[in-house]
Formats: sequence, structure tokens, C-alpha cells
Amino acid sequence: MDGAFHEISNDYKVSVTYIDAIREAQATLLREDPRVFLYGQDIASFGGAFKATKGLADEFPGRVFDAPISEDAMIGLAVGAAIEGMRPIIEMQFADFSSIAFNQIVNQAATHFYRTGMPIPITVRLPSGGTPGSGPFHSQSMEGLYAQYPGLVVMTPATVSDAYHMLIDAVKINDPVLFCEHKLLYRWLKAKAINGDGLPIGQARIARPGKHATVVTYSAMVHEAVRAADRLQADGWEIEVVDLRSVKPLDLDTVLASVARTGRLLALGEAFPWGGVTAEIVAKVTEEGFHLLDAPPQRLNARDTPVPYHPKLWAAHRPTPESICEALRKLLSF
Amino acid sequence: MRNAVAGGGSGVLALGVPGAEEKTFDVAMRVDGGFLRSVFHSMLTARILENKLSSLYKAGKIVGGVYLGRGQEAISASLGTALIQGKDCFAPLIRDQAGRTAFGEPLIDCTRTYLGSVEGPMKGRDGNIHRGRPEMGMPAMISHLGAQVPLIAGMLFAKRLKGTLDGCVGATSVGDGATSTGAFHEGLNMAAVEKLPMVLIVANNQFAYSTPNNRQFACADLVDRARGYGIGGFSVDGTDLLACASVVSEAVRLAREGGGPQMVVAKLLRLGGHGEHDDASYVPECAKGGHYGRDCIEVAMRQLAEGGYATVDEMLAWQEEISEEVQRAVAQAQQEPVPDPYTEDWTALSTKFPMTTK
Repeated sequence: MDGAFHEISNDYKVSVTYIDAIREAQATLLREDPRVFLYGQDIASFGGAFKATKGLADEFPGRVFDAPISEDAMIGLAVGAAIEGMRPIIEMQFADFSSIAFNQIVNQAATHFYRTGMPIPITVRLPSGGTPGSGPFHSQSMEGLYAQYPGLVVMTPATVSDAYHMLIDAVKINDPVLFCEHKLLYRWLKAKAINGDGLPIGQARIARPGKHATVVTYSAMVHEAVRAADRLQADGWEIEVVDLRSVKPLDLDTVLASVARTGRLLALGEAFPWGGVTAEIVAKVTEEGFHLLDAPPQRLNARDTPVPYHPKLWAAHRPTPESICEALRKLLSF
Repeated sequence: MRNAVAGGGSGVLALGVPGAEEKTFDVAMRVDGGFLRSVFHSMLTARILENKLSSLYKAGKIVGGVYLGRGQEAISASLGTALIQGKDCFAPLIRDQAGRTAFGEPLIDCTRTYLGSVEGPMKGRDGNIHRGRPEMGMPAMISHLGAQVPLIAGMLFAKRLKGTLDGCVGATSVGDGATSTGAFHEGLNMAAVEKLPMVLIVANNQFAYSTPNNRQFACADLVDRARGYGIGGFSVDGTDLLACASVVSEAVRLAREGGGPQMVVAKLLRLGGHGEHDDASYVPECAKGGHYGRDCIEVAMRQLAEGGYATVDEMLAWQEEISEEVQRAVAQAQQEPVPDPYTEDWTALSTKFPMTTK
């Protein structure tokens, strides 16, 4: 079993965190590819709001730049630089602020290859998802919005190794990539080392094998799903957890193969409940794998309100191992 | 005067603008006859081409809209002529047919895009003025105004990183309406912070679609904003070829020589609707009959003839040549196949998945 969960450890001697992997990937890219540069708010000598670029401005002089608070222009600049043959990595300080850059992302970058035949190899790092106390404007999950638009790749790494390898891949891909890195995993998720070469982009991973029900999820929710699955194991349920890794492209083959084994599907995500990635998974499985289903496919998302500030409200807003267990019990009892 | 522009980097200069303090360049010092003839040739080409596009539209031969630069040819062509294709980059906007032609865009790119030929740069996937050749330094505009300002900044920023920026200029145009967008502000401020060699033309044609200046901005003159951004600012009569050619040349020269971004506000009037579907009935007669209601092509012909830069006979001969060239470009595009939805490659990504980069 190749699993993210095996990377997680409470052993404080282990040293590679999810954000270390992101920093390391950027260092590798800067070292190996002269076309790569980093542009974002407070990312140069300060090292970024989350320290994802700590020390890189010193290590790579003239390659890491502070941007004005101009998210739209940051992406505009990246697209222009890509036209000139560069491979910019743009750090949005928080995924939430990419709403200011929405136009440049979905209209300028995403349409460019189809309209002109010239692909736009930019990578936009989106510090995504909720953390306690972060509130409505520092907690959002934007992957569903961007995945809706043609011309974008949307990555949602759940493991330390994926954070590293997928970021390397994101910059090597010739198309615009939204790299949704989960803030909750930044320092909490640790691994002994960055493993292997990573799976190809567009291939999902079985994070935990099982046979009674499938949870299809991505990013931080992979870990919540595995926790829920561990709890249900005490009752004899074997829950399979599929980590999508990228929500676009979406690896429907792996999802359908899992549903074929279990006959039951729960699509799990941290984003708002109307539409989005989980709705897409349910729609696709229903369309193409209706005959595989023994129960109506279920979705579990955040609540349909802004992400609340108070930790008690926040914890009840997003799916938790408890609410995932509840959804799975309902699914298993159908 | 020169010092106000070159010295401070944020000086504002007005040329040929009625009511402004009288300040004149010695035109001969800045632009030669060859430059003026070249600008005018592109102006005339754009006008003749656009008249043809208007006829095609009214005959139902063009799907979607037709958006003309009528009245804006002098400022647009001055910019395109001052730029060097293959070295500079230029992001034209909606009313820049003259600038595109001057920069080197072949007429056939225009007719193919308007008529939906699959041979065109956009292959029927986008139309009318939403065309470009980014690989030649001319990106394709999107409809969202102001968006090309940071894009040009990015192209220049990349040239700096690659070590190829020396002597280059990046330019783009906007209208008065686009100056109200966040993208315009963000992009121009960013270019100023990075001290990029950008030239930004603001063609103040007095109406953003139907909205007049007094519902668009509250400053006395848009060029006043240049001081706020810490960049060079010029104000020019956009109906005056000699003024446009010399001011734009000066702005391009300053940017090229390391003077940072330069903004040129051209005062003029859009001589038509927002598009050919729009009769512009909201434009008051006093504007049409006023100074800026004059046709820059007529002004330019008079200026070229009076200055001895070109004879009327020469200009009439150009008109004939251009008309034939336009006719050929239209005929060729009309003969070419339109896109086929059955063979169209319906993919918005260049990458095939699953993929590995290892």
C-alpha cells in the first residue's frame, strides 16, 4: 500500500514537511531551469507569508521578486512572461485573493492556447483551505471554480511527496496550472523523506484500500477520510479512499475501478456544496458507472455559508472524521 | 519643455491641445518625412480596410461585431510606426487597426479573422479584433479592458530576465473607459515600480461605448494620472498627425532610452459607434461639430501636402493601391474554408494526460 498516511508520523525527528517540499521543489526548479522565476507578495527577502520561499531570494539572486498587492497584474505579468518563454511561479498569498486575478486566470491564461496555439506555462500557487481562526477570506477552496474553466490544470496534492513532485510537474507542464496547496498540511504533514518519482499527473492514487465503500477526495480531506475509515474499521467496515491528486484532469478510471469493487461512493471535499468537484465526481460516476452502484452516490462538502472564523464554528463547517463516518454509515446502511 | 519630460520622469506635456498652454515641438527634429509618410500610409490602409469591413458587416457577411478605429488612426499608426517589429512588443486594443498595420500585421490576418477563415491566426476560434501573433510580439487582446497592461509589463519583465531588454519598448493602448479598471491601475503601477520601458496610449475618444467622460472620471485630464504613477505623461491632439507622430516618437524614445513608462493621452472623438451595430445617437452634435470631430485623415492629408511631405497625387495613388490590396485580402479570405466542427480539435490544453515529465 503506497499511502500518504504512511508518510504521516508523530515522530518529531522526521524532517520534511509539506511546506518544506514546496520550498524544495521551487529551489530545484530555480536551480535546474533558468526560465523559472518566482513572483508574489512578500516572497523575496521576507520568504513569504508561509515561508514557502524562505532563503530562495538569497540563493537565487534576481529570480525571486516581491510583487505589489496587485493579484490581477501578477497573473497578467506571468502570462506576458510566459509568452516570452519564461516559466513563472506566482504565489498568491492566499487562494482567496486569486478572485482578484480571476479574469487573468480564466480569460487570459486559460483561453490562450485554444485561441492562439501558444500554450501558457504558468504555475499559480494557491495556499488553500481552512485553518482554525482564519475566517471567511483566508480559508477558501477555489479548485472547483478553476476546474470549471477549459484550459486550466488544477492540482490538489495531499502528501508531502506529491507536494514536491506535482509542483515540479506543474512548472514543466506547458499549460497554466493552479496548484492548490493546503495550508492545514503545511507544517502538520510530515514525511521521513520525499519518495520516488511520483505518479504521473492525471493518475489518482488509492490512499487506503477497502471493499465496502469508496471515498473519493483530494487534498487535506484525504487525511480526514483515512481517519474516518480507521474508525469504521473497528466495526468491520473496510473503506477505500481514493486521492484524486489532481481534480483536473480527473482520473475517472481509478474512481470507477474502485466503485466497481465497493458498489458505494461518497464524494468528499472541503469546498462549498453547490456544484464543484464532488458534484462532478457523482455526475460522472452516475453517467458512466450507474450499473456499478449499489446505493445512491453521496456527497459531503463544507456548509453553504462563508467559512466561519471561530474554531468551533469552523470545525463544524467543514467535513470532519465524525461527519464523514456519519455519511459513510448512511451510505453503508442503504 | 524637454526638461519637464525627460528630467523629472513625471512631467506632463501637452501638444496641440486647444486651450492648453501653447507648447510645440520642432517636428522636423523628431520625425522625418519618411516617418510621417509611413504613419499616414497605415492610417489610410486602416481607414480603407475598415470601410470595407463595415460594408461586409452591413451586407451580412461578417458574424459578430465590427469595431472600427475611425478617428483614432493618427495616434494608433504613430505608435505602430514608432515600434520595431521583431524587437518591441505591442498589445493592440479594439481601435488599433492602424497601429497593427503599422507594426507589421498583414491585412490578411484581419480579413481572415473577421471572415472566420481557418487559415487565419485564430482559426475561427476567436474573431474580429481579438487576434494576434504573440510569437511575433503582438499578443491577442481579450475583451476585458486593461488586461493587456500587465501582460505587456510581463513581456518586458521577461526580456529583462533574459537579458534582451536593452533598447526594447512594449506598448499597449486603452480607451478612456479602460482607465477606470483595476487592471489598468494594477498594471501601470506595476510597470512603474519595475521601471519598464512601456508606452501606454490612452485614446480618450470621449465615450466608453455610450458613457461620456463625465461619468467615467473626475480628474481634469487623464494625463494628470501620470504624476500619480510616477511616470512620464503627454497630452496630444489625437486628430493632428504631426502632433501625434512627434509626441508618440518622443514617448517611445524616452522609454527606449531607460526613462521608464510613458503615458500618452490623445484627445479625439470616436467617429462612429462602439461597433457598427451602434448608431452613436448619444454623441451630441456639438461634439461632432467641434474641434475633435474633425477627421484625422483629412487633417493628415492637408499637413502632408502643406509640409511638402507628400503630394496629393501620391496620396491618391496610395489610396488606389491600398484599395486593391484590401480587395485582394477580402477575396482571399472569402475563398478559404471556414472551421469544421467535425474535425476541430476540441481541446483547450496542449498537454495530454495522464502525463509524466520524468
